[in-house]
Amino acid sequence: KSPETFLFFIMIPYTGEFLSMVGVVGLEVHAQIQSTSKLFSGSHVRFLAPPNSLVSHFDASLPGTLPVLNRRCVEAAVLTGLALNCTINRKSLFDRKHYFYADMPAGYQITQQRVPIAVNGMLVYSHFEGRRRNQVVTKSVKIKQIQLEQDSGKSLHDDEQSQTLIDLNRAGVGLMELVMEPEMCCGEEAAAAVRELQLILQALGTCQANMAEGQLRVDANVSVHRPGEPLGVRTEVKNINSVRHLAKAIDYEIQRQMEVLQSAGKVLNETRAFDSKSGNTIPMRDKEGLQDYRFMPEPNLPPLFVYESKASVPAGVDPAQVVVIDRLSAQLPELPSVKRTRLVETYGILQEHSFTLVNEDGLMDYFENVVQTTKAEPRKVIGWVIKELMGNLNSQNLKVSQSPISPCALAELINLAESGHISSSTAKQVFQEMWKAPEKTVGQIVKEQDLWMINDKEELQKICRRIVDSHPEEVNPNCIKALILASETFITQ
Amino acid sequence: MESPTITASRSVSRRGEKRFHVEISKTGGGEVVAQGLPAWLSTLSAGPASARGPESASPQPPTRAAPNTAQTCRHLHSKVSQALRDGRVSATELCRKCIDQIQRTHYLNAFITITGETAMEQAQRADNRIRTGKPLGPLDGIPFSVKDNFCTENIKTTCASKMLKGYVPPFSATVVQKLLDQGAVLVGKTNLDEFAMGAGSTDGVFGPVRNPWSYTTLYREQSTEDPDSDWAISGGSSGGSAAAVAALSSFLALGSDTGGSTRNPGSLCGVVALKPTYGLLSRHGLIPLVNSMDVPGIMTRSVHDAATVLRILQGRDERDSTTVQAPSTPPSLPEHFDIRDICVGIPKEYHAPGLSTDTLAQWSRVAAMFEQAGARVQEVSLPHTQHSIVCYHVLCCCEVASNMARFDGLEYGHRSTIDSSTDAMYATTRHEGFNNVVRRRILSGNYFLLKSNYERYFVKAQQMRRLITEDLKNVFRSGIDVLLTPTTLSDAARYTDFIQEDNRTRSAQEDVFTQPVNMAGLPAVTVPTALSRRGLPISLQLIGQTLQDWKLLTVAHWMEQQVNFPMIHLHGDSDERKLDRSVRERTHTIGS
Repeated sequence: KSPETFLFFIMIPYTGEFLSMVGVVGLEVHAQIQSTSKLFSGSHVRFLAPPNSLVSHFDASLPGTLPVLNRRCVEAAVLTGLALNCTINRKSLFDRKHYFYADMPAGYQITQQRVPIAVNGMLVYSHFEGRRRNQVVTKSVKIKQIQLEQDSGKSLHDDEQSQTLIDLNRAGVGLMELVMEPEMCCGEEAAAAVRELQLILQALGTCQANMAEGQLRVDANVSVHRPGEPLGVRTEVKNINSVRHLAKAIDYEIQRQMEVLQSAGKVLNETRAFDSKSGNTIPMRDKEGLQDYRFMPEPNLPPLFVYESKASVPAGVDPAQVVVIDRLSAQLPELPSVKRTRLVETYGILQEHSFTLVNEDGLMDYFENVVQTTKAEPRKVIGWVIKELMGNLNSQNLKVSQSPISPCALAELINLAESGHISSSTAKQVFQEMWKAPEKTVGQIVKEQDLWMINDKEELQKICRRIVDSHPEEVNPNCIKALILASETFITQ
Repeated sequence: MESPTITASRSVSRRGEKRFHVEISKTGGGEVVAQGLPAWLSTLSAGPASARGPESASPQPPTRAAPNTAQTCRHLHSKVSQALRDGRVSATELCRKCIDQIQRTHYLNAFITITGETAMEQAQRADNRIRTGKPLGPLDGIPFSVKDNFCTENIKTTCASKMLKGYVPPFSATVVQKLLDQGAVLVGKTNLDEFAMGAGSTDGVFGPVRNPWSYTTLYREQSTEDPDSDWAISGGSSGGSAAAVAALSSFLALGSDTGGSTRNPGSLCGVVALKPTYGLLSRHGLIPLVNSMDVPGIMTRSVHDAATVLRILQGRDERDSTTVQAPSTPPSLPEHFDIRDICVGIPKEYHAPGLSTDTLAQWSRVAAMFEQAGARVQEVSLPHTQHSIVCYHVLCCCEVASNMARFDGLEYGHRSTIDSSTDAMYATTRHEGFNNVVRRRILSGNYFLLKSNYERYFVKAQQMRRLITEDLKNVFRSGIDVLLTPTTLSDAARYTDFIQEDNRTRSAQEDVFTQPVNMAGLPAVTVPTALSRRGLPISLQLIGQTLQDWKLLTVAHWMEQQVNFPMIHLHGDSDERKLDRSVRERTHTIGS
């Protein structure tokens, strides 16, 4: 019997009836709106400001204060909705969601429960499959809705002195809550979708989308079932602070739920936290069982109207003071998927390379800069950018903007190699020298290290002869033969 | 209008006339002097004197109540602001007099905070401006008071609740700021029901407000009891503001009106009380009761004054997204206006059970006045009004539950010493901080808002609210300009009688005529028309169309001129009266 057959027989009794179980993943994403002031107050929005230094009377819920909607936040939500192919509701409403929490000073959050600003969108994303992970697979997930809501403050628990400190700097910052339907099946898909969302938000400038800084917070709703059967009981996984952890957390949770069902257990409808150290999810302290948020219309904010075009703004309303969809559509920048297609078509590069160019902040611009200043084929430039540049950046954990080698310098180097003034292996050596000494020009390095390519056969032979003569002991007839042969091959190249 | 109401009114109003004479004989007739203030200072008043003299061209009222008083009232139109400018009185003198009057009538318990020192400074600055001929406007140097649920920068704002005892807001409400910006002088913060939840000004942590009219000679001579045990409530929840204006401690006062909280005490204390159209005045800085119904209310001693103040306070405020642009308004109410162009509606549903004969008589009398002057008076129907009070309570409790959620003792206000856990601290803080009335409304509101109840209560109440609004719209669409109704069922109840029923019952009774207007967001004004047999004011309410506040006041002004409501004269010995400590310090009198 072959080993494969043996394995086959072993597996059947254990997992046979579970072979068809699959994971189902939906996401709830909270994206902090990039805006100078908060959603309903004039306080500034800044990361890492001294505690409670960005708190208006409204943010502290002083009695008698009222919310005043920030137009910039609405525009950000509309832009995001447009980029995600959503229907923008011409009229949306605000609601109060009640719960007591120390960092939610009003005792309720203003959100859009009944009629959100955008609905029925679609996020198209791609990930890689295949043994070399270079097969691009494109998928999509429905965006149920985008709603505007307030962020909460932050609680800092001091267990030793048994006290809680509240920082309200974040309280009232505008959030877009995006709800993605449970249409993904694993951590990798979810991670790819979130990565694409990050790129879109960053391109739009509506959210900085840095997960580590909490500008993008992703909660995953995970369940398992057999296709065709109703969805299983889901858990909500929180406390995920990077795309990589998102994938890990989801995959762990799917595996865990399958194992629970396998051992005839029940999956509980609960909130679980991802522990990045162990890679596990663990149940979170339950917030007093089921919460009834006692939703109620927010009486202090009239319905939010957005208008199709300037012409549809009613008389008596200043078009400059309202949100006009046409105006925002015209502002939409080139979105990541369009960028990739353009890169492939314009430069003839591989699709997988177009992903790297777009995914790394600033890399596409860098690449295009180099292409414009060199005579080399874009397909040669891409090699430099992906292998040399990214290799170095990654190994030193640097961003593209921190690269010691400018696009101009790289273009100069490539030009030297292209024109045959230096060999391609020398060029790589020069690249590393440039990395170490960014103040020097390519020419300086080549000259200092005497790396110019020598094309004169006689001179080469002279050099070889000199070396052979100065090392009589080491000389061995075979070596010389090889050396001469090599130099000849090199020169004729 | 050949309705039995009108016929009834004539006989009753004749009786009212006699009562008036009684009052006048007590006040001595002629120039009424109120606590050392010359009569011309009793109202900001307005309008060219020539238009309002006894020889006025306006139609004669059908019943001439108290001709002497009428004469007096008609001579009250010299503007205080004019007197200030003419140097007949200084702002500091005026301010001092008001503060003295507050102290003299301390027993009314109308004020929670008296801002004597800052008031005198403000008055001094007003005097400087006036002296140099640069007054800021008609209110420069005019003393006013504010209900203690409007935020006042650096001045305690308590909502008559333990929860906010000692709370000092860092900003002023827009309406307060607008008055200050006009040079008006803030003399104090007035008493109310806790968080404005009540209709008597009896349920605040600082104790009940007493109706100044129960300290007039007429009332006291009918009473066989001690002035500390027999006195009438001021009405509420803006009872302190109404009492302050009625007792001549302020020329104007701000109240808030959610279900009648300005009009009810205005009516019971015999002052003009305007509830403007929802959204016409900013709510920024008004500590909310029901956001979708709250409006700042204006209390004055004349309709003209109310118009002057409205003109200053109205308009869009970028801090309150529910405010609207004010319609353009002339500088003052028209003196010559033809009442024959007006169509007055009498809603038949307002003949409610419990309506006192005195009030009914006044209602009929004034309706007849309109009719005899040539106005069209016509019965109308508001079929859904009967359900209004129930729906009002559901909506009120829901918003209360929500609005009160912020009082957790963390950022400001009372905080319990129990700190075993955050939840325990919340619970005890809120239990200690709120009275029973507030706690009950929170509990009911949270119940109505539960997911499983939301459709049955909140949504149904909102639907009914729309029907009530439609009723009113339909009436106005049919050509009615204003509705004439009673403001309250009767004159002010004796305190000892009033507290026999709980706050919920009293609110339902007291707000019955006033809260439909809040449901619909319409403007309404109450104007005192006569004194009851007990010597307490009876007032009638005029309801106008949305944003037709000016027209409403124009009609109210006409009505005010016809009815000749008398000046107050506080009983002589009341000056020396000290407030009974037990009353002042009593906290939760009901249901605790």
